Amino acid sequence: MSGATLAAGHAPARRGRRPSLARERRWALWGSYIALVFFAIGFLIPPYFQLVTALKTSQEIGSGKDPWFTHHPYLGNFIGIIENPQFQTFFLNSAKITLFVVAVTIVISVLAAYALARMRFFGSQAFATGVFLTYLVPESLLFIPLFKVLSILHLINSVWALALIWPTLSVPFCTWIMIGYFSSIPKELDEAAMIDGASHLQMLWKIFIPVALPGIIAATIFAFTVCWGDFLYPLAFLFTSNQMVLTAGIVSTLIHGDVLDWGHIMAANVLASAPPIIIYAFLMDYYIAGLTAGATKG
Amino acid sequence: MAQVTLRKLSKSYDQHVQAVRGIDLDIADEEFVVLVGPSGCGKTTTLRMIAGLEEITGGEIAIAGEVVNDIPPRDRDIAMVFQNYALYPHMSVFDNMAFGLKLRKFAKTEIKRRVDEAARILDIGELLARKPKALSGGQRQRVAMGRAIVRHPKVFLFDEPLSNLDAKLRVQMRTEIKKVHQTVRTTTVYVTHDQVEAMTLADRVVVMNQGAIEQVGPPQELYHNPITRFVAGFIGSPAMNFIPCRLLGSGNALALRLADNISLPVPPERAGRYATYKDREMLLGVRPEHLTELKDQAKPNVARLDSHLDVTEPMGMEILVHFRINGTAVCGRVDPSVKAVAGQTLPMSVDLNHMHLIDPGSSRVV
Repeated sequence: MSGATLAAGHAPARRGRRPSLARERRWALWGSYIALVFFAIGFLIPPYFQLVTALKTSQEIGSGKDPWFTHHPYLGNFIGIIENPQFQTFFLNSAKITLFVVAVTIVISVLAAYALARMRFFGSQAFATGVFLTYLVPESLLFIPLFKVLSILHLINSVWALALIWPTLSVPFCTWIMIGYFSSIPKELDEAAMIDGASHLQMLWKIFIPVALPGIIAATIFAFTVCWGDFLYPLAFLFTSNQMVLTAGIVSTLIHGDVLDWGHIMAANVLASAPPIIIYAFLMDYYIAGLTAGATKG
Repeated sequence: MAQVTLRKLSKSYDQHVQAVRGIDLDIADEEFVVLVGPSGCGKTTTLRMIAGLEEITGGEIAIAGEVVNDIPPRDRDIAMVFQNYALYPHMSVFDNMAFGLKLRKFAKTEIKRRVDEAARILDIGELLARKPKALSGGQRQRVAMGRAIVRHPKVFLFDEPLSNLDAKLRVQMRTEIKKVHQTVRTTTVYVTHDQVEAMTLADRVVVMNQGAIEQVGPPQELYHNPITRFVAGFIGSPAMNFIPCRLLGSGNALALRLADNISLPVPPERAGRYATYKDREMLLGVRPEHLTELKDQAKPNVARLDSHLDVTEPMGMEILVHFRINGTAVCGRVDPSVKAVAGQTLPMSVDLNHMHLIDPGSSRVV
């Protein structure tokens, strides 16, 4: 009886105070929103500025008035750059080599990840760690020895040098993503498939790849972004414009001495960043699912 | 026709941990054998070795007379049902069941015929187009069984298939598995840690402990004639009571001295068997159902035992009563009409016709 009275007496008091959980949550939400808005603006300013500048005439850019708006969008820069045969070559080279490298990366990393995650063999754990360690050595340290390697192979100033070099950037990380994903698939699934009569290749093809598709898509996007956006290697290994890719090509051909053709540079940048943006827009959900799956299920 | 024979089968990890210690077992064609034991007793390892998922360290496994030690799982002609079902999440129920047949290049019409037949046996006909995600636990379990049935394998292997289900569904699926085995007569090896499952399903139960077989036999035999203390204690729920005692007397007049004031006469027909253990500390094994309220007409070899009840548990069809004999906690079962109240004394009787005498030194039933 006394317990009931006590509880009844306390209830209104508790209702009078704000529930602390809700208050904490509100603060956390506010904090998150402020931080997110701050960062989103910070990251979106450069692309916005790029787009606005690309839509201005040279005179408008030169006048320096109203840098954040254009009242009469001008498409001349885009038309000019699309019709520019050098730009077309860069775009084609970028697309050709990136697609090739993405395909090679996915084949290698899926096979490697399957072996490292599932086929227990001596040293598989050490190999898995080794794969990730290679990812930790930065490009800026590697390009000098790689230059030597490529010159021995007579691949300096050949766009195909990138087909050889870019997988060193994409394969380790993609393999790591796929190891995480494959590890999250229950072991009984391969045992069931093994008893059902599947060989390792059939197991990979019919069970692992379909089940790990979000992970493979995430790896594909990652490989694409890394290759498409790489600047240092093409700059170091390619010299002539017929071998150039977009990133280094735009900088080296559209800047003549100290003359900066901002309108064209920005239009070229907008066009060069379009493919990754389009791919992200379509596959964003898969990308996030793929990156987080290993972490939550494993 | 598929017998399964295990000869001196052993498995050790890193030469230190011995999971299975040289077991011998003959499983007849179409027999339903259940491996049961506490966790870590080596039952699952044994099953996985039969499946070929685990390499064997020593001994021999033969399926239908053929030694399969070095044959990969896919060529052993077995089918396995896993604890977590292991259904392929991206395939429909039909494709899950058809997968093994497709890999073995069966004709489409034959695949369809077999899947439909299995679906009919398991009553999952209307689920064939669904993905595993859209199924309940019991339905997934059925599909996993269907995947095994369609293969028409020599041996079915079940690895704790019911332990992920809730209690009610488990009882239902247990009956289901028994029914399936009666329809599709196939040699079956079934692993569980649940002795009730083992008793209800098995033609023969194999009780395992610490990597070795304790006893093999039909469920009733294990229940009534356990040969070791472990089997006596493991089979049956509530478990058998073990009461320390001393065997006294001479000739046919042996008695079990449980405490200073409690002495129970040994049935005369057993006296000869027990004679060698005279004057030794022994364990009296009595099942709870043989420790019951004192009835008017005492049967031969039923002795009176007064108990001071510690706890009573009304179960509906019976009451479980807990009391102590010379400090040892024991459990008895009395009729619900008996007024059993905790803290009070209840005259009980112990039926020594069903007693077991255990030698604590060897842990074997005399």
